[in-house]
Formats: sequence, structure tokens, C-alpha cells
Amino acid sequence: MSAPLLEVEHLSMRFEGLVAVDDLSFTAEERAITAIIGPNGAGKTTVFNCLTGFYRSTAGSMILHRDGRRFRLDRMAGYRIARDAGVARTFQNIRLFLGMTLLENLMVAQHEALMRASMFSVAGLFGLAPYRRAERAAKDKARDWLDRLGLLDSADLVAGALSYGDRRRLEIARAMCTGPALLCLDEPAAGLNPRETETLNELLLAIRDEHRIGLLLIEHDMKVVMGISDRILVLDYGKKIAEGTAEETQRDPAVIRAYLGEPEREEAGS
Amino acid sequence: MTEVAAPEPVATTHRRLDFAASLKEAGLAALVALALAVPLIGFRVVESNGTVGLTTRFSWVAIGVAAVFFGRLVLALSRPARRQSATGRGGARLAPLLQFGRRYARLIGIFGVGLAFALPALATRSVVDLATTVVIYVMLGWGLNVVVGLAGLLDLGYVAFYAVGAYSFALIAHALSLSFWEALPIAGLCAATAGILLGFPVLRLRGDYLAIVTLGFGEIVHILLLNWTSLTGGPSGFGDIPRPSLFGLVFAPHAPAGYRTFQDFFGVDFSPAQRIDFLYYIVLAMALLTNLFTIRLRRLPIGRAWEALREDEIACRALGINPTTVKLSAFAIGAMLGGFAGAFFATRQGFISPESFTFIESATILAIVVLGGMGSQLGVVLAAIVLVMAPELGRAFSEFRMLIFGAAMVGIMVWQPRGLLSYRAPSLRLGQRGEAAP
Repeated sequence: MSAPLLEVEHLSMRFEGLVAVDDLSFTAEERAITAIIGPNGAGKTTVFNCLTGFYRSTAGSMILHRDGRRFRLDRMAGYRIARDAGVARTFQNIRLFLGMTLLENLMVAQHEALMRASMFSVAGLFGLAPYRRAERAAKDKARDWLDRLGLLDSADLVAGALSYGDRRRLEIARAMCTGPALLCLDEPAAGLNPRETETLNELLLAIRDEHRIGLLLIEHDMKVVMGISDRILVLDYGKKIAEGTAEETQRDPAVIRAYLGEPEREEAGS
Repeated sequence: MTEVAAPEPVATTHRRLDFAASLKEAGLAALVALALAVPLIGFRVVESNGTVGLTTRFSWVAIGVAAVFFGRLVLALSRPARRQSATGRGGARLAPLLQFGRRYARLIGIFGVGLAFALPALATRSVVDLATTVVIYVMLGWGLNVVVGLAGLLDLGYVAFYAVGAYSFALIAHALSLSFWEALPIAGLCAATAGILLGFPVLRLRGDYLAIVTLGFGEIVHILLLNWTSLTGGPSGFGDIPRPSLFGLVFAPHAPAGYRTFQDFFGVDFSPAQRIDFLYYIVLAMALLTNLFTIRLRRLPIGRAWEALREDEIACRALGINPTTVKLSAFAIGAMLGGFAGAFFATRQGFISPESFTFIESATILAIVVLGGMGSQLGVVLAAIVLVMAPELGRAFSEFRMLIFGAAMVGIMVWQPRGLLSYRAPSLRLGQRGEAAP
């Protein structure tokens, strides 16, 4: 485990005149939760969009190491980043397939494996044994995830029928069904109540401990960030202003300034 | 009305405001009516003694505008009361019927297929002929359903693939003197290629924009057929189209060299009805095969990817699905099915011309899919029967045919906005094994 899972070097993203991400470098490790925090508009989601190929970064490199292979994420098409490099993500505004059932949502995530097994639909059309086996395996994987989320009884309901908190967790399960090496979570705790946040924390820690996977987390909820992150990266105006463990960043004066403003008057400080 | 007015002055001012707004609305409607009526009704071309002259009839215009004004006023004033009564009532009335349809879809399907197979024995020749048309439209509906219903790509030029199928079938069979069965797969292949060719430029388009471009594609094919006279015969059409044979047995009064006729082989008398019945059975069998094929595809990863693409393309990309191949496969398969239908149409007619492949065909096929309920196989059948049979049965009141037709469509859209059978069955279930939990 010499090289880190993800190496981002000198990443910049410019929109016309606006610099959303400015010369950002960081790494993310396997079996660790790396949180990216910062005030609104600090460029956190932009970093995700560059990583997952939704934006083409203006400068810099993003390298992912997986099974001894090296992927230049900044040069790959979005779907190949997910399929080949194994970078899965969730969205700030949840993007489930609301008209499809929970099970189908998780099956779509295993598209690539199933597509191969069905020999691009030829074997599937005739219901040949290898495809049937692959379908059963995919179904089992989906069932395990649903079981874990406590949603097994709702497996055949449409995703649109789920509560907000369950949608969040289903989206994470769907991302996990792609078999990722790096899981990017964009504000997974947004809109959750304290109890749901608690179960989310447990889920994320379990994912970290049970899978060979790195987690990248954007979050505003400090209970989540401080509770489960192994390392924290603080952004402000697209620049990295601090990096370290939870305690270190909490004490960092630059971080306090970014969140609370310049302490001009006495009462602003504490 | 009365219970609102009495105690609160607020309500009365509301009503006064309502009245003023209604007046304004009626005035606007009258203005539009005036603008339309002056050129349309106000002037009349009369022919007298070989010369053409214009007469005016502004009194008619005045009557029309007044009618619009007062009609609109009455409508606007009665709106609050109407709105309350209108919501959901029609839908509620249809609901039990639809529930029945959903629950017994399988049974209805089996019964329908049985009836379809028995039809030639029960009905006259013209009915069987009409049924062949219906089944061709069912095939078209199922084909377009892949593109519109499953993949969610609004295609207004589907007739192009129908045309490509029909013409490539006829022209290639003629040029290489192929038989029906040899030319049929080629027609499907040509249409699928056309589907991919259309697919490439519209990969980035969605919704309205996609609809406009596909509409254009339909027109291009139509115009090409009209003007490429040396190949297609232009407006006068193309006639030399092979007829299907039954394992080499021909349906004709006399067999061409090297073939045997059907009646000769089975020792029956020749009748033209045999050919019509036979064609009907072939089309029916192909339609059932199409049905099986699409149902199967829907349950495969490719089918789920189509539906996922319809739901959310960005999420698809984030899951490692290549939207390009998914879209192109939907276009190709939809087009291929349309191409087969085109080949059947060509052999049924024995003659094809660009007239059969106009925009109105695209609109009809789309209407079949939308009315039937996007993604519903049985719904497409029902809608095809309604849409193809209705104009035929309505010949008695030919003048009002389109009017009744339009009203029926509006009615269905009001009461059943998602189509006759809009229920979506999951492509796979966790089923019995999941229930072991508690």
C-alpha cells in the first residue's frame, strides 16, 4: 500500500472569470473517511464534479490507484470513471430512479457485470445459464444491501415511495452496488433528523471497515464530520486552508476565521 | 354562490375583482377571435362570370366575436364552481375498470391472442384485412414504445423507420430478386441502421429538442422518397413487392417456375382469401414474437438501463452506464421493429408510395403509445384497436369522424392522463424468498 488511493495534484477549475477550485492538492486513503468541509460556495461539490467527470478540470491531475492500475481521472469520460476506475458518487439532491423499484435501482447499478454476463443481451434473450447465474448473484447482492438498510420488505416498491432518509441511504447502497474503489458522498446527512443521522454514521463506518474502499465526504453537519472522519480537509474560496484530524482542524485559526469571519469585535470570537 | 356572499365584505370585493378579471379575459379572447375571424370569415372569394372577386361579411365576424366574448365570460365566471366538481371525478369512475384490466392483464392477453387466431374463421375477408392493419400498428406501437415508453426519447419521426423498412424491403427484394423471407431480415437491418444514423446526431438532445429533430428526420425521409425518382419511383410509388410463401408454397392462382402453389399441395381450391388469411397469421406471429422480444428485453440489463435513462441520465452516468450505447440501442431496436412492420405493410399493400409515410402516421403511432399508456404492452394493443378501427367504423358519419376522434382523445387525456393502462410492472421482483424475514 505504497501509493494512496487517490492523488489530486494542483487541481483547478475555472468558470469564465470565477475560480471555483484553485490549485488544490490532497490525497485520500483506502479504508479511511476523508471529509471535505467549508462554507457554502467553497468549491466542494465542484471538486466532486471534477473527480467524477461531470466537469473537465481546467488544470491539475487526479490519479486513482486500483488493483495496481493507475487511472487518470482528469482524462476519462464520466461513465468510464465510474465503470473502470470505480469512483461512485451520490448527489446533493438525491438522484434515484424514482419510478423504479428499490431492487431495480440496485440492479441498474450492477449494469456492467450483468451486461457482460448477458453477452450484450444475446445470452440474456435466450435465458442461458451463465446469465441466469449472474442475475441471481446480482439479486443476492441487492438483497443483502436492502436487508442491511432494513428495507427488504419494501424491495418491490418504487423508490419514490421511500422517506427522505431512506432515499439517502438507498442512494448510498446503489453506489456501493457498482463495486467502487472510492465512494464520494455529497452531503449525505442533509435533511436528516438526528436519529437518521445516527444510522447514517453507523452505515458509513461499516462501509469503511468492511470494504476495501476509500470514502470522500462533503458534509455540513459537524456531528457527522467530527464523529466519523479520519481526516478533514477545509476549503474556502476554492483553496485548501487546513488539513488534519478533527481536533486539529477545529483548533485551526484559519478555519475559525473562514466559518465565523474576522474577529473584529470581541463578541464575534467565541 | 349564496353562502359565500353574505357575511364578509372581503368575499364581495374578491368577486368584483373576479368579475373584472373575467371581463378582461373575455375581452382578450374576443380580440384574438377578431384577429382570426377577419381574414378567415370576413372575406369571401366569389367566382362570378369567370372572374374572381372578394365580398365581405363583417356581420358574421361581429356575431362570432360576440359569441366568443360572452361564451368566454360565462366560462370565466363559472370557473370556481366548475373546478371543484371537475377534479378527479372522471378518473375515479374509470379506476375500477383499470384495476380490473391490471389484475387480469394476463388473462385478457391470452383471451385476446386466442380471439386473434380464431378471427379468420369468424370474420369476413375485409375484417381480416383490417385486423392485419391493426396488428401492423400494434407492432409499430411496440417498437416505438421501446424508444418513447422505455427509454423516454420522444420520437416524432418514427414513420421514417417504417418507410425505410418498407422501401428497403421492396427495393432490395426487387434488385436482388429475393423472396419475402430473405428480404425481411434485410429490411429490419436497414431500419436499425437508419435508427443508429439518426441516433448519433441527437445523442445530446432531450425532450422538445429531440422531438423537433426527429420530426425533421421523418420529413427528410419522406421528401427523399418523393424526389429520388430513379430509385424509389417518386410519387408514383413502387409495385413489384414479393409475397410471403409458406415453406416455398406460393399463394397464387398459378405457380411460377420451380415453385408449387398452396392449393396444389393441400389439394384445395384456390381462393384469394387464403392469401389474406395467411398474411394475417404471419403478421400476427411476428407481432407475438415482437411482444416476447420486447418483454424479454425489458427484463434484461439493457431494458433496465433504458428505463433508468428515462428516469435520470446523470445518475446513469454516475453508475458507469454509457448513455451513448444505451440510447443508440434503444433507437436501433425501436427502428428495427418499425422496419419489420414496414416490410409487412409493403407486402400487404403490394404497392408502396411516399403518401403512406407522412407525419400523420408518426402522430398516429405516437398517439397509440401515449393513449395506451407508456410502457404498457396491452395498452398499446387496446389503443391500436381503437385508433385504427375507429376511423373505419366511423365511416357512416364521415364528416364528423375527425371531430369525434379528437374529442375521444381529449377525453382520454383528461380522465386518464397517463394512458389507458399506465401501470408499470417491475422488471423483476425479489419475490417469495424475501418474505422469510420476520
